[in-house]
Amino acid sequence: MQDVITQVSYLIAAALFVFSLRWLNRPTTARRGVAAGVAGMLAAVFGTLLHPEIVNFTWIAVAVLVGTAIGIPLSRVPLTAVPQRTALSHAFGGLAAGLVGTAKYQLWLGEGELTPFRTSAIAIEVLLGFLTFTGSLMAAGKLQEVIPTRPITYPKQNVINLSLLGIAIASGIGLVLNPENWMLFPVIVALSLLFGVLLILPIGGADMPTVISLLNSYAGLAAVAMGFVLENKLLITAGALDGASGFILSVIMCRAMNRSFANVLFGAFGQVQAAAAQGEQKAVKSATAIDAADYLANANSAVIVPGYGLAVAQAQHRVREVYDQLTRRGVTVRFAIHPVAGRMPGHMNVLLAEADIPYEALVEMDEINGDMPQCDVCLVVGANDVVNPAARSDRSSPIYGMPIIDADKARVVLAIKRTMNPGFAGIDNALYSADNTLMVFGDAKAVLSDIAGALRAEQEGQAAA
Amino acid sequence: MHELDLFSMLFVLVLATFVGFQVIQNVSRLLHTPLMSLTNAISAIAIVGSLIIAGEQKTTFSMLLGLVAVAASVTNIVSGFLITDRMLKMFREKGGK
Repeated sequence: MQDVITQVSYLIAAALFVFSLRWLNRPTTARRGVAAGVAGMLAAVFGTLLHPEIVNFTWIAVAVLVGTAIGIPLSRVPLTAVPQRTALSHAFGGLAAGLVGTAKYQLWLGEGELTPFRTSAIAIEVLLGFLTFTGSLMAAGKLQEVIPTRPITYPKQNVINLSLLGIAIASGIGLVLNPENWMLFPVIVALSLLFGVLLILPIGGADMPTVISLLNSYAGLAAVAMGFVLENKLLITAGALDGASGFILSVIMCRAMNRSFANVLFGAFGQVQAAAAQGEQKAVKSATAIDAADYLANANSAVIVPGYGLAVAQAQHRVREVYDQLTRRGVTVRFAIHPVAGRMPGHMNVLLAEADIPYEALVEMDEINGDMPQCDVCLVVGANDVVNPAARSDRSSPIYGMPIIDADKARVVLAIKRTMNPGFAGIDNALYSADNTLMVFGDAKAVLSDIAGALRAEQEGQAAA
Repeated sequence: MHELDLFSMLFVLVLATFVGFQVIQNVSRLLHTPLMSLTNAISAIAIVGSLIIAGEQKTTFSMLLGLVAVAASVTNIVSGFLITDRMLKMFREKGGK
């Protein structure tokens, strides 16, 4: 009977998890999704605690308290640090899978219960779990910039990394053929841990959105493997949902940068192109913040293209002031969001939502590009490569083929930039020297404050007159 | 284990993956960051396995690994759900608050 209750609660949990994700399709129902997820998790934990094998609750309570004590502060990080937090949680997920696999191996080894199927499932679980653990720690380190964000390379890197993975897989096969040969087990663990580190070393900061998504997928697959080890269908279901989600996000990120998985993982992007930027500087036109405010105030429709530079300058609230001032005058203001505008999928949306910008104003690249020729003023803040027309026209450019926001098609482009130094990938941007572009030089936060101030002053002047 | 069990598990895997692809493709692109933190929390369902290993106390070694796994999973559950909700609260409609 108790077993039936357990299975029923697992079934309910699985259904609730599907609903949880389903309700994320719209911002209006999304919070219901969280509630469904929490309910599913509680059902699953309740069902599990009914297991008669569980005899010791004291230590479990301690572990739950420890987890809660770590989890609560991790949920309160600033939103710019959400990518690091996400990477850390992938690491915890991988760690849990790896540890459960290890414990199961030890138990079944002692009991002589290691079938070839169980051993293969454990080998896969441990491999994926531990490589996700160290790989995600590395990714978190790079995002937090405690580890250098530039790609770290050494000779024969790909050959060495893949050979290590090969040896780990071969050890896994050896273990399946002879499960009693336990000496192979620590070899698999050590190689997986090492491979996770080496996998992330050559990946540069700009590729982090893809890498986080990929590690998300691995963490899901590790949970699936754990499901096969424990013969638990709820684990398989939830892990598969997570794995599918991570996979879809990785594909979206790769497409947004026009790269393949192989290229992200083995390409060491972002260090070779530095030399390409030394071409002659073309003449650019510049404008002051007051000019910019004037252009914006007289527009019918304005599009703001935010890049991660906006978040680095902590200028989200300033851009909101500009948004408020303009909407009050009847200017239609929309934000054009490139998929890789932040440090992880959807990151820029969250940063702007925090600054109280309504989500209807946040428009995806594909949706806004058709409207760009009708746009009066396009304001580019902290974005560079994602508005570089070379991606459309210049076959020799390293970013050729990458989908971009067609900022250059607007009647007037205002680009806020500190200096004329090339951007992250070190590529010249023809947008800045285009005839319809005016550069507003300065720190994004300061310039946006000045624009907002000028708009406010003009408004007050009109009110007084 | 019975071979049929293996196949029923593979069935679950394949079907859940298809459901996952369908559902996730419909998730608003606005919400991809909350999506990732929510799936993080959901995949901390690994707590189910961790609880059994920790609670059955077969060996000290397995219990210790199980307890660390429980702590890691709880961390993901707590921080994952809380931060997802925190982010979703920020998405407001025009004019609404």
